[in-house]
Amino acid sequence: MRAVDVAGTAFRNAFRSRLRTTLTVVAIFIGAFTLSLTNGLGTGINRYIDDTVASVGVDDVLTVTKTDDSVPTEGPAEYDPDQIAADGPPGTTTTALTEDDLETVADVSGVLSVEPVKEVVTDYVRYDGGDRYQLGVAQFLPGMRTELAAGRQIDLDAPEPELVLPEGHVEPLGLGTPADAVGKTVELAVTDGTGEQVTTEATVVGVAEPGVLAMAGAIPNDVLTQTLYDLQSEGAPESRTSRYASASVTFDAAAGAEAQQALVDRLVDAGYTASTLEDQLGTITSVIDGIVLVLNGFAVIALVAAGIGIVNTLFMAVQERTREVGLMKAMGLSSARVFSLFSVEAVVIGLVGSAFGVVAAIGVGRLVGGVSANLLPDLPGLTLVAFDPVSVAVVVLGVMVIAFLAGTLPALRAARQDPISSLRYE
Amino acid sequence: MPSPLLSASTLHKTYGSGASAFEALRGLDLDIAAGESVAITGKSGSGKSTLMHLLALLDRPTSGTITLDGTDTSRMSARHLNRTRNTTFGFVFQQFFLNAQASVLDNVTLPLRIAGVPRRERTARGLAALAQLELDDKADNRANDLSGGQKQRVVIARALINRPRVIFADEPTGNLDSATGGVVEDILFGLNRSHGISLVVVTHDDDLAARCDRSVHMRDGVIAVHEGVAA
Ligand SMILES: Nc1ncnc2c1ncn2[C@@H]1O[C@H](COP(=O)(O)OP(=O)(O)OP(=O)(O)O)[C@@H](O)[C@H]1O
Ligand SMILES: [Mg+2]
Repeated sequence: MRAVDVAGTAFRNAFRSRLRTTLTVVAIFIGAFTLSLTNGLGTGINRYIDDTVASVGVDDVLTVTKTDDSVPTEGPAEYDPDQIAADGPPGTTTTALTEDDLETVADVSGVLSVEPVKEVVTDYVRYDGGDRYQLGVAQFLPGMRTELAAGRQIDLDAPEPELVLPEGHVEPLGLGTPADAVGKTVELAVTDGTGEQVTTEATVVGVAEPGVLAMAGAIPNDVLTQTLYDLQSEGAPESRTSRYASASVTFDAAAGAEAQQALVDRLVDAGYTASTLEDQLGTITSVIDGIVLVLNGFAVIALVAAGIGIVNTLFMAVQERTREVGLMKAMGLSSARVFSLFSVEAVVIGLVGSAFGVVAAIGVGRLVGGVSANLLPDLPGLTLVAFDPVSVAVVVLGVMVIAFLAGTLPALRAARQDPISSLRYE
Repeated sequence: MPSPLLSASTLHKTYGSGASAFEALRGLDLDIAAGESVAITGKSGSGKSTLMHLLALLDRPTSGTITLDGTDTSRMSARHLNRTRNTTFGFVFQQFFLNAQASVLDNVTLPLRIAGVPRRERTARGLAALAQLELDDKADNRANDLSGGQKQRVVIARALINRPRVIFADEPTGNLDSATGGVVEDILFGLNRSHGISLVVVTHDDDLAARCDRSVHMRDGVIAVHEGVAA
């Protein structure tokens, strides 16, 4: 029998007992649907994180902080004059990096350059003498990218001070539409070391859509950051200005993961903690992956139960078609072909169930996507359930493999069947 | 006399083992020539079906040999046996063994599908075989919707579609009324005469046995009497 005839016969056989097959298909459908949906959830959330925060090119930067070994396991921590507030939940402190530390880090082999991360706190932003608004300043690493409503991405190396404004500031400042805002000059104020308020100007080159990054505030280029930092350091004691919470270290990413790990190890030996942006995001994504894995586990259990349904369905089919199988074997059909007839039938059931399941999951994902935009307005651009073709294909193929395995037992029984005893009447 | 198409010598067939062992055939010899029609008669349980299954290479004897065209069939591989049954033999049973849901044409072309014949050729040959049995107008009907006699004609069409050299028929008219049975017999003997297809017919019906060139009567696993003369 030709392969195309095996497939055609198996397909027709699968739907000979319509109700029975439909019920088994429904069981497979439920499993495949759940699996696709949980997978899609993981894909959607992780893709959102990737899209909004991480992006191309940031893989050659390490964030370096001083390893804080002053936190005792028991009792209160001793006061350390070098300790300063750090990013993270309120109260988090870190041991500051001094100019000496920066030199030490720069001397570690593999480090191409060290740039202290300068914390800038602005008092307000104002356009054309209008109302003044508070404005945070985001930390931006070279290569990062933000979703734009208008204008272009920040050019960190641009010679003139420029910034990307969060979309929420555009209207209150009196800049009109995001497109109007591009090219306008705004005034930024900081308080210097002597307590006096000073201002500087910068050009708006882009307007960022609300998102994780843009929520932190405006994105300045290097010239603007330096200007603001200098203004705010003016008159401050050197002990305050020459200490940084962290520094960005660039290295040669092309040297590979091993070289990167060796560099991190050398920095650790020198008494620093180093992590890539990927490492920092990695914690979030691995938590999400963990949750998705557990959900997937439940879906797979449903699929295994459905697989047992296939075993049952096919055993019934083999039973019903004893005569037919006997006749076909008498007419010269090989046992191997009988086996493939029944296992292809199982695979057909798996394919139909998983195809419907995946299609339904994509449909429901679309629906949820529409609703989630309203439920989670703070996370615009989030597609809660996203599907990438590879994981969809993996679900369909995986279900077909489960179905095939489920079909082997009944198919073996059919293949071993003795033609004469099945042809004997009564 | 030319060498026989099928030849069985000192066939033994024992079912089961130990205390429950039953010897269904006890050293039986039989030759079947090409183009010959042979009736196998005998009481129920005398071993007729057992003999037919062995001759049709559906089962292997416990001892003894069966040769086909001078080839010892015990030496044939499973694949060779399958091909031989597919192309050299046709089967007609008392029960029709039709796939009730499938079309008449699909039922008739089953042996061709098993042989791996392409669809177009299957359809052409299937329609030709049905025409031969005056059933071509029923090609697209479901097999279930036919009368008993029509069903048995479909079975015969299926048996002869691969242009076999032997048709094995176990009680071919057992399920039919005598008039319809007569039509089926006419068809079988017509094929025997016009196409030279050998017939091996297991039957209880003396009239049918009498129409064959030769009739062998079985008793307790051996041939008791030979009647008639070889053609
Ligand atoms: N698979 C088997 N296992 C055990 N005994 C069997 C088996 N097949 C046949 N027999 C026995 O072998 C003997 C011959 O059986 P066979 O079917 O050849 O008889 P038969 O002549 O065709 O009878 P009938 O006219 O009733 O069809 C019977 O006694 C039967 O019980
Ligand atoms: Mg019998």
